[in-house]
Amino acid sequence: MQDVVLTMRGICKQFPGTRALNQVDFTLRKGEVHALMGENGAGKSTLIKVLTGVYEKDGGTIRIEGVDGEAHIHSPQDAQRIGISTVYQEITLCPNLTVAENMFIGRTDSAVVQWKEMEKRTTELLRNLGIPARARQELSSCSLAVQQMVAIARAVDMQCKVLILDEPTSSLDDKEVEMLFMLMRDLKSRGVGIIFVTHFLEQVYEISDRITVLRNGELVGEYRIEELPQVELVAKMMGKNLDDLGTFEKTERGTDTQAETVYEVEQLSSSESRPFNFHIRRGEVNGFTGLLGSGRSESVRAIFGADRVTSGKARMNGKSVKITKPFEAMKAGIGYLPEDRKRDGIIADLSVRENIILALQVKKGFFHPMSRKEMEAFADEYIAALNIKTASKETPIGSLSGGNQQKVILARWLLTHPDYLILDEPTRGIDVGTKLEIQKLVLKLAEEEHMSITFISSEIEEMLRTCSRLIVMRDRKVVGELTGDELTQAHVMKTIAGGE
Amino acid sequence: MSKKQKNGSRTGSPGQLMIPLVALGILILFNLFRDPSFFAIGIAVNNSGNSVLSGNLISIIDSASALAIISMGMTLVTAACGGQDISVGAVGAIAGSFFVKVLNRGSSITIGSVILGIIVCCLGTILFMLFNGTLVSVFRIQPMIATLILFSCGRSIAYWINGSATPQLISPIISAMGMTIPGIPIPTPIFAVILMGVLLYLVFKFTNLRLYTQSVGINEGAARLNGVNPVMIKLLSFVLLGVCVSVAAVIGVCRLGQLNHKTLLIDIEMDAILAVAIGGNNLGGGKFRIIGSVLGAYIIQMLTTTLYAMNVAPVNVKAYKAIVIIIIVVAGSPVIKAKISSLITRLKSRNESVAEKEVA
Repeated sequence: MQDVVLTMRGICKQFPGTRALNQVDFTLRKGEVHALMGENGAGKSTLIKVLTGVYEKDGGTIRIEGVDGEAHIHSPQDAQRIGISTVYQEITLCPNLTVAENMFIGRTDSAVVQWKEMEKRTTELLRNLGIPARARQELSSCSLAVQQMVAIARAVDMQCKVLILDEPTSSLDDKEVEMLFMLMRDLKSRGVGIIFVTHFLEQVYEISDRITVLRNGELVGEYRIEELPQVELVAKMMGKNLDDLGTFEKTERGTDTQAETVYEVEQLSSSESRPFNFHIRRGEVNGFTGLLGSGRSESVRAIFGADRVTSGKARMNGKSVKITKPFEAMKAGIGYLPEDRKRDGIIADLSVRENIILALQVKKGFFHPMSRKEMEAFADEYIAALNIKTASKETPIGSLSGGNQQKVILARWLLTHPDYLILDEPTRGIDVGTKLEIQKLVLKLAEEEHMSITFISSEIEEMLRTCSRLIVMRDRKVVGELTGDELTQAHVMKTIAGGE
Repeated sequence: MSKKQKNGSRTGSPGQLMIPLVALGILILFNLFRDPSFFAIGIAVNNSGNSVLSGNLISIIDSASALAIISMGMTLVTAACGGQDISVGAVGAIAGSFFVKVLNRGSSITIGSVILGIIVCCLGTILFMLFNGTLVSVFRIQPMIATLILFSCGRSIAYWINGSATPQLISPIISAMGMTIPGIPIPTPIFAVILMGVLLYLVFKFTNLRLYTQSVGINEGAARLNGVNPVMIKLLSFVLLGVCVSVAAVIGVCRLGQLNHKTLLIDIEMDAILAVAIGGNNLGGGKFRIIGSVLGAYIIQMLTTTLYAMNVAPVNVKAYKAIVIIIIVVAGSPVIKAKISSLITRLKSRNESVAEKEVA
């Protein structure tokens, strides 16, 4: 039995209208990676925030090694003082300061800063932890992964006993994730207890020792990793059995090569993408695949006119159209769900209702506002149809969970009844249940409403499941097109990598 | 919680009007206790021989007219651009010059020439505001820096338009516009405020200006990807501000019956920004409520009039005003707002638990 470093017992937290946490227990041992799992809204973030003093708990006790009796955590500073450090998904350091400055910012007690000393210690620490950065380097010049590692190093240097990593891998590529895991293993061997929050199941199984599953604010259970196969974990998170999932995966999709072409373009290029040809048929689901930065997002942005279009002849339903800005694309019947939901998708302070009707309203024109009644009817319809979990249709979208925000954006475009819908990473950073819902919806729209859909995802399995044709990109060029029997993971990988 | 706080401080919900309404209520109560006759409304005969309503209340609403109108436009620019136009006073002087220039060209002042004057004044002012708007929307210059240019040189331009003189406008039409129309006991500028309010209400009702402006102010990139043209929306906000400034300038000129390019609408930019802030609008853009800013304008004017009624020396008025404004602004700050809302939820949950116990 390893030493326990942190115990949380009977934690309760209430928000107006919802019980976010109900009698949740959590135990963390020294030198273990403990995955905290659950769908969006299960209470993971709330539990973390209670632990880090962002929220005050309504009930329960927290004990941490080194503190006699109950630990009282009223602010993030309290948490840090007793050895709880957090590294969030969004990097919270200052990008325009150096690595060393970031390590020590806000920690020096005296007004006189000893830069030399700081740099020396930083260099040592970086070397110790094997982080490929220099002390005097500006933080923004490091890759995201390295920035994240610097944040971790900062936490480690503050002698933390409990390190919380909240979705640390969501913006990293495979190599960077591996680097991060090496660092985590190293910290583990030093006796740090790590709480790991993520959506990536494979990563949980790669690095974790134990899993605690939450659902609807309640504890489902704590399991050793070897006791809980991946499918069972998913089942526990979703609280249903997996038949649903199984039949879904088996769906075969054929391509109707007879259907007419909805959208086609020749030699389309934008300020961000190289010229390419592309077409999509009615009711077809196709996808752009390739590594991050291979140009797949830039290609669809060019189709929608999101970047400055520099050349290309586009035709919509056989008629030639000029698309150089989003409004023209919308008028032509194209919808586009952008990759970065927070930056390009949601209007955070506006209500769910306003976010849903936005695109349709713009399409109708500046001088044709919809009546309040009409808007509310649309909002109600789509909140029900897509099963959007929100307190009301007047709730600001920013306070919804990621998956539900994504559904609102999806609703926004579905409401415009596009002939051609582009979905760029619609399932990134959202929970398993919603992911499946969105995949099913895509197939349903294509089959029943004959909508043409371009689907982009970093998860190849997901694309194989939904797309009947994959356009493979490498270094901003289309390098292959796969259909039918070629749609296997191995084949896609090969094409991406460039071997025949 | 941080996310919730942010939303709370930014929403344009009725909660936004809490601070200005409470501030206004306290000012009224204070005056009621101090001297109930402060609110007395009487009928007096003015210089032109008309019977008009008189009293502090009328004078407050009347004197705040120009400020209230400019605050409306300032709210729009703030919401769309996330910054403020500090040139409104100086551009107001230009607007006044256009108006006077047109009227003094003809031999006599007629209704027709006044209307022509107002139209020319609006068009000219819009041109100057488009200059500001272009710098802000196309060249993405910080609004305060972009409008610093006209802030500095606007009054010189006004001077060039009219020459060195302080031209007079002597006509019953002008005094009717600046003070009262014979037979109507309410000062005309008050009608101008109502007119502008109705005009903006209609614009919001029959166009998507509110949705577009808020979207651009909150997330310009996302607004663009939804087909909104942020450049056009920002320019439009400056155009509407231009109309507001023109009307305010015409009020100012008619009130005095003359144009003084040095003093017309002097320092009004700061009061207008303050009115927007007191109205609970986020100066960083996004959600907004025009009515809040208008309330803000009346609060500022009421404060000034109250201080004068208390015989505070004009030299000291600004200092006292500053103290009250500090209180209002701090009370409306996100920190205090969060404290209050957490207090309210705590009280509520206590009541609930008491109720639960009673049920048990």
